[in-house]
Amino acid sequence: MFASIAETFSEIGSKFTWMAWTWETAIFFGFIATALVILTLLAVYRPEMPRKGILGFPTTRGDRFFVTMLGAAYIHILWIGFGGGELWYALGISGLFGIAMFIFA
Amino acid sequence: MIEKPINNRAWLLVLPVLAFVLFSALLPMMTVVNYSLQDSMGANNFFWNGDAWFRDVLNPSTDIGARFFDALIRNLSFSFAALLIEVPLGIAIALCLPRSGWAVGPCLVLIALPMLIPWNVVGTIWQIFARADIGLFGAAINGLGIPYNDTQDPVAAWITIVIIDVWHWTPLVILLSYAGLRAIPDAFYQAARIDAASRWAVFVNIELPKLQKVLVIAVLLRFMQTFMIYTEPFVVTGGGPGSATTFLSIDLVKIALGQVDLGNAAAMSLIYNLITITLCWIFYTIMTQLDRRRDA
Repeated sequence: MFASIAETFSEIGSKFTWMAWTWETAIFFGFIATALVILTLLAVYRPEMPRKGILGFPTTRGDRFFVTMLGAAYIHILWIGFGGGELWYALGISGLFGIAMFIFA
Repeated sequence: MIEKPINNRAWLLVLPVLAFVLFSALLPMMTVVNYSLQDSMGANNFFWNGDAWFRDVLNPSTDIGARFFDALIRNLSFSFAALLIEVPLGIAIALCLPRSGWAVGPCLVLIALPMLIPWNVVGTIWQIFARADIGLFGAAINGLGIPYNDTQDPVAAWITIVIIDVWHWTPLVILLSYAGLRAIPDAFYQAARIDAASRWAVFVNIELPKLQKVLVIAVLLRFMQTFMIYTEPFVVTGGGPGSATTFLSIDLVKIALGQVDLGNAAAMSLIYNLITITLCWIFYTIMTQLDRRRDA
């Protein structure tokens, strides 16, 4: 039975080889998908009111997540644009930015 | 009043749209992300390339980086020029339109006509219309003694592309502004007449503030459409002369499909997309905030 399940999965997988998947990008999109699911569940079971923070307009958790992702993209681009080294530092800065956004925005 | 039942199963009706977006946008987008980090020798063989494509595109001293920043500046100047002409012109024409009577219908239909023409047809019309030898527009300008050739002179090419966009899309600004103007209650104008307000004062203090919302929408739509401009320069100038009208989308097609340089094209289109998403989000936030302020 497990063999047939594995076969089914690899068959589905072979349909997507044209997308040129790598495990790195799979983790990236997996992270976003998981975050969206968690945010949806939170919105259903722990509803919230938008609050006004340092951005000057009311934000919900979803808004703060979006700003975090957008900011992270810009942080990475600026890091590369100004000739920064390893991208792990940019990722670290993005993490700090995200925490700041979720606390203060 | 009938109580409306709350039923989350209504969300299931959104599923077809989600499926459509998955195939039309999400899967291609993910593929582009995958391409942007790998190198390919064709035949669907891919090799991990890390952030090298992004480092190329974001470095103006490389060939591809120089192309990217030049095209980006061209795109922004084009959007700026088009908006600078279309928005004031659109408001001005909307103010001149009749508010009532038999002339309203014919005027609106005539104004809306250019918007009904597809981009590539507009391009083809203008390609012939602007020709320096046989085109009505190009030959007439040359006949006046002003040298004009949109295939050889970068300035002429730019003016042509901007005029095409103004001709094609000012109607959108006109119709939006017109709708906004029609929505202003007559009481405001009566109050202005009692105060003996000048025409300019009426415009600045009554009409412009009431138009704010539709103008934000107009600027958003026009900015997005001018920022992704492809067909008109592709048909009319082919991105030339030289690379004078090579906008980001045209350069992307050249890199991706002309040179089959998928990695660089993918990195470039992701940065392009990021700029678009950011601007969309800014406009969207402004619009919803204006709404909220109005409701409050």
